[in-house]
Amino acid sequence: MLNTITMPTELNPDPGPMRTHPARIVDIQEEAYAIATYWIEFENEALRASYSFRAGQFNMLYLPGIGEVPISMSSDPAQPERIGHTIRYAGNVTRAISRLQMGGVMGVRGPYGSAWPLERLEGNDLCIVTGGIGLAPLRPVIYHVLRRREKFGRVYLLYGARTPDDMLYTGEYEAWKQQDIQLFLTVDRADPAWRGNVGVVPMLFYHLRLNPQKTAVLTCGPEIMIHFVIHEALARRIPKERIYVSMERNMKCGVGLCGHCQFGPTFVCKEGPVFPYAAIEPFFGVEEF
Amino acid sequence: MPELTPTIGAFVSIEKAALQDILDALTASGFTLVGPTLGEGAIIYDEIESIDDLPRGWSDSQESASYRLQKREGDVYFGFVVGPHSWKKFLFPPRQSLMKVTRENGSFATVEDAGPAPRYAFIGVRACELQAIHIQDRVFLGGAYEDPQYKARRQQSFVLAVNCTEPGGTCFCASVGAGPRVGAGFDLALTELERIFIVEIGSELGAMLMRNTPWRPTGAFELQQARDALAAAEKRMGRQLETSDLPNLLYQHLDHVRWDEVAQRCLSCANCTMVCPTCFCNDVLEVSDLSGANVERVRVWDSCFSIEYSHVHGGNIRPHTRARYRQWLTHKFASWIDQFGVIGCVGCGRCITWCPAGIDVTEEIAAIRGEV
Repeated sequence: MLNTITMPTELNPDPGPMRTHPARIVDIQEEAYAIATYWIEFENEALRASYSFRAGQFNMLYLPGIGEVPISMSSDPAQPERIGHTIRYAGNVTRAISRLQMGGVMGVRGPYGSAWPLERLEGNDLCIVTGGIGLAPLRPVIYHVLRRREKFGRVYLLYGARTPDDMLYTGEYEAWKQQDIQLFLTVDRADPAWRGNVGVVPMLFYHLRLNPQKTAVLTCGPEIMIHFVIHEALARRIPKERIYVSMERNMKCGVGLCGHCQFGPTFVCKEGPVFPYAAIEPFFGVEEF
Repeated sequence: MPELTPTIGAFVSIEKAALQDILDALTASGFTLVGPTLGEGAIIYDEIESIDDLPRGWSDSQESASYRLQKREGDVYFGFVVGPHSWKKFLFPPRQSLMKVTRENGSFATVEDAGPAPRYAFIGVRACELQAIHIQDRVFLGGAYEDPQYKARRQQSFVLAVNCTEPGGTCFCASVGAGPRVGAGFDLALTELERIFIVEIGSELGAMLMRNTPWRPTGAFELQQARDALAAAEKRMGRQLETSDLPNLLYQHLDHVRWDEVAQRCLSCANCTMVCPTCFCNDVLEVSDLSGANVERVRVWDSCFSIEYSHVHGGNIRPHTRARYRQWLTHKFASWIDQFGVIGCVGCGRCITWCPAGIDVTEEIAAIRGEV
């Protein structure tokens, strides 16, 4: 009688959310000191064809024996078969990636996280404010806008880097300007050839006249920079619901199961990394939170 | 022996020795029995074979930073509360292989750990612990991404629960609505009286197991005895916690001086997160052979009290104990509710008992409330 309770032993067919997929490096583009863009294609053709992402999302990149690292896509979401990740060599995994060459393979899983709400922002002016490698997750926004430039009003890019040599994607600035993206650049330390602004990114707001009725701010960079960007945006009466912030915390699993990237009630890998400032205001800037 | 099979929701009485028949039936059905047993100077959870492995005649005495085993009167199998172990060590093991990655031909291949998941029968699950399992179900199975390892173990586990009639010194399950009476989600639930177990049938599987066990219908007097014992237990909790408006209380006091004060005592040792039956944070280790060609990805428990936990390039978000303790407490009692729709604490008291510094969450929250 009792054998009727014997249940079939489950041979788990679900590989689960941690399954990573080999992808081959098809191009490496040096961007600045210790920063390069790695262009990859999935080895699996079906995956290459089905993969898509939205501006602001990230992938988990993996090297066997080294580990995983969350990296935002910095390429055009309209061309998802060849994915660009701009990487700064900062930790174990990114330094190991720096030793890879063309044809090298890494594991990729994603895309994860929230995106910049670009469809919802159509009809608005966009004020993109970023520092350092923070431009990487915002470059897909620029590509998105360039493909449908008429759907957006004025578009400003406020960007700062430590030195002129640290600026990313400088070869593309002319093309962006030609499509009416207004660039305001600044550096912490100028070199003799620099003729632009020197100082912190939030100061660039003083070059603009923003229309608070229809301007959205999109910002990514060091948290201290974001803090003052929010300050400048609020001072210009831009509502906190229309200030979008890309947050950084320790994202290890990317799927909300490991706990590391908690930021108050949110998992940055799941509800973030892109948040409306209104959603995180009570927690933003709390010391060591 | 009655020919009828007891139905779901029924209460039946069995002689204490007949618990062995239930265990035998579970073993015969292919379950691995795990239950409370004496070990490591405490009552721990380990594989058991018979009722003789249970800590019969033993009790425990618990206070903040103190756990003592004690002999007790009477023929009592479950006359203790909870020890340092919880069932999460079986459903979400402290160390678990997720997959093997092999480098080959300039690329790599991945094979997930697809061995059959162990089929556990958990013997002696308290109400607070059952609630903890339900909470981890929400964490690992309730979101957009399911954890297949947890799911495989969980969906074929058997739960033999036990009602708590003698709460411990650090218990406060009644405050958080987790006990002492086992609510739902069990196969069988025992209430231990002087000479018998009252068995509540919770599932079809539980009912079928009773077929080979000599049982009789529970009498009204026995049922009343059990009810009285549980009602008394609810009033004898060693600790209490005021839970009203906890999220706002904590979110509005992220800069309270109490965080600095508790940080003076907290060793940031992570004991509380290891013994907590709901803590789920985990990390994945790369375990490689010397050639680097064969890598095993191993998931291990992690803790928000470790400094690397919050690491991002350029440093750690929470370098100080103050911030790490605040993260843990606000997660359990505030943000957990936002994330999973339920408070992250079941009132089992383990974090109080096993904190080497004797830090007591109920006292810390009362202090932030301004009651101490």
